Amino acid sequence: MIDLRLDDTYETLRKTVENFAQREVAPVIGDFYEREEFPYGIVAQMGEMGLFGLPFPEKYDGMGGDYFALCLALEELARVDSSVAITLEAGVSLGAMPIYRFGTDEQKEQWLPAMCRGETLGAFGLTEPGGGSDAGATKTTAKIDGDSWVINGSKSFITNSGTDITSLVTVTAVTGTKDNGGKEISAIIVPSGTPGFTVEKKYSKVGWNASDTHGLSFDDVRVPQENLVGQQGRGYAQFLSILDEGRIAIAALSTGLAQGCVDECLRYAREREAFGRPIGANQAIQFKLADMELRTHNARLAYYAAASKMLRGEPFKKEAAIAKLTSSNAAMDNAREATQIFGGYGFMNEFPVGRFYRDAKILEVGEGTSEVQRMLIARELGL
Amino acid sequence: MTNIVVLVKQVPDTYSERKLAETDHTLDRESADAVLDEINERAVEEALKIKEAGEGEVTVLCVGPDRATDAIRKALSMGADKAIHVSDEALHGSDILATAKVIAAAIGKVEGVDLVIAGNESSDGGAGAVPALLAELLGMPQLTYAHHVSVEGSAIKVDRETADEGITHLEANLPAVVSVTEKINEPRYPSFKGIMAAKKKPVETLTVADLGLDAGEVGLDNAWSTVSEAAPKPPRTAGEKVEDDGDGGTKIAEYLVGQKLI
Ligand SMILES: Cc1cc2nc3c(=O)[nH]c(=O)nc-3n(C[C@H](O)[C@H](O)[C@H](O)COP(=O)(O)OP(=O)(O)OC[C@H]3O[C@@H](n4cnc5c(N)ncnc54)[C@H](O)[C@@H]3O)c2cc1C
Ligand SMILES: Cc1cc2nc3c(=O)[nH]c(=O)nc-3n(C[C@H](O)[C@H](O)[C@H](O)COP(=O)(O)OP(=O)(O)OC[C@H]3O[C@@H](n4cnc5c(N)ncnc54)[C@H](O)[C@@H]3O)c2cc1C
Repeated sequence: MIDLRLDDTYETLRKTVENFAQREVAPVIGDFYEREEFPYGIVAQMGEMGLFGLPFPEKYDGMGGDYFALCLALEELARVDSSVAITLEAGVSLGAMPIYRFGTDEQKEQWLPAMCRGETLGAFGLTEPGGGSDAGATKTTAKIDGDSWVINGSKSFITNSGTDITSLVTVTAVTGTKDNGGKEISAIIVPSGTPGFTVEKKYSKVGWNASDTHGLSFDDVRVPQENLVGQQGRGYAQFLSILDEGRIAIAALSTGLAQGCVDECLRYAREREAFGRPIGANQAIQFKLADMELRTHNARLAYYAAASKMLRGEPFKKEAAIAKLTSSNAAMDNAREATQIFGGYGFMNEFPVGRFYRDAKILEVGEGTSEVQRMLIARELGL
Repeated sequence: MTNIVVLVKQVPDTYSERKLAETDHTLDRESADAVLDEINERAVEEALKIKEAGEGEVTVLCVGPDRATDAIRKALSMGADKAIHVSDEALHGSDILATAKVIAAAIGKVEGVDLVIAGNESSDGGAGAVPALLAELLGMPQLTYAHHVSVEGSAIKVDRETADEGITHLEANLPAVVSVTEKINEPRYPSFKGIMAAKKKPVETLTVADLGLDAGEVGLDNAWSTVSEAAPKPPRTAGEKVEDDGDGGTKIAEYLVGQKLI
């Protein structure tokens, strides 16, 4: 029969990260957010705890855990703050994972250990100014010249691409034309600091303000031919497979945000008084909290289900899309209700629920919009 | 090679509501989440630092009920090598003296101990006396309230924090008992690898009889002091309000001087 309890190891990890998030992240993250500053100290501590190495083998200084362990850590971090959680999510799923999955032994040895220790961050650049959902619309090009790739083009909204500890960005680029006339898209590692590679100034964002996001431009950027990740012409397909996993991670992160709303509101509903009694004594508030709890519960079940299929090695594309859609809806709905329960204080940046409200929106967009999730589910249904 | 024993206690989480049992006024350990006392995380961290700076072995020692294994596992997942858990029904309600005797007897089971590290004061009982009692029972020097510790060969140096006098520098020969304060370090968080490894580390469970002690020396009935009554802390009274008629600053300063705060 099925058993949804976390075993001892997972539960201890979950508790450890919960403890870390509450003790180390919660007290300071509001200030970083306000100043739109990347929290290097917290990221370093997360590195020391091995969070960036969770799903990677010890050979690369990883923790020898699995992807579900990463999801549990993301949920607990996002319960307190999403900027920190997305930094971990993107560092692992977008930065390190493509190299671990598709890279050569040399690439793994060169880049992975420092990433697993959280000392460096990797980024993945797929989205371009002209298109994110339709990755086939890639305009960035890479051409062979002697023993180098020469890259030209630009990328938008790339997470972790401009921190002091960013070591590389893996970019997708058109490397030729396929037999059927379509674009051949490949993935290539561009180390930070390569001449011609410019990290634009950071965006002014609605949310995720303590996370690092930049546009990138490539002007005759030369990198060695060996920087190709995986097979030439497989870049797009490879990236899609990475995105399927990433969706489970984003679902875990969204579940954490939804749970954070419940945590904050439960406390507030007991403390805050109106008309001479706690607001939580009103059924209208109780029902809001009941619905918030319900959505969080469903979101968690959905990502556990997708992760369990993935860990068993079964196809999980549909379940991952369902998990991402369910949990990002839960995060948005809970954030809206949470700010309502907080009244005027919910509109103040100094309260976590205000931050949750601003951070929730991107969850319906990043790593595949809600429309894209529906397209995937429909396709899996055979439509 | 420094052979270190760290004393760890499982306590009710200070974040959850804590209460005393109605019947015998001992701590109601069922009603609150139990965690490794934070001060003991620091004690473990200090032991690990000493070990990592040279060579050594870290044994954690805990006297407490069965569920204290969680606190022990946490210390092991931080990086301690092995553990001794003294667990016995007869220990319920033991006072500081009995606790110290039990700990002393258990330390006797570890060969060649160089250093015992404890917290200065637990966050539940809060007697702040176990380390000193223990040093006396073991015939070792006591270096309490340390906020800095260094081991140099067979000697130990400690900066001792005192409430008013500032810092006292202490030095002793090993073996010795040290208790640490909150300022000593920032404890590490266990890594996933540490959590996995902790499952395989040896934990020896001992009873009072195993330690060669008599049940008549421990437990609530044999405590030298008893809690006869317990009442909740009275609610906070309203603070003092200073009206500012242009001399608010002076009035506040006078008030603080009156309270001997400045
Ligand atoms: C903070 C942040 C961080 C990001 N990090 C990264 C990163 O690290 N790496 C990276 O590569 N990208 C990153 N992105 C980009 C993100 O993945 C894209 O924004 C997202 O995929 C959507 O692409 P787009 O913005 O081009 O929207 P578009 O593709 O232009 O879509 C616009 C709207 O049209 C809808 N739509 C599009 N096609 C269809 C269709 N066929 N049917 C129905 N509706 C459709 C979409 O759902 C959406 O609502 C990040 C974005 C943000 C905001
Ligand atoms: C509700 C309640 C009722 C009590 N009733 C009585 C009573 O009736 N009579 C009486 O005399 N005393 C009583 N006590 C005191 C109680 O027995 C002491 O808490 C206990 O003996 C340990 O003392 P402490 O925690 O105050 O130690 P402290 O001296 O404050 O602890 C300092 C350090 O010693 C170590 N240490 C302490 N205890 C342990 C342990 N069990 N295992 C491993 N290391 C340890 C830890 O490193 C700790 O950080 C009561 C305490 C409580 C909370």
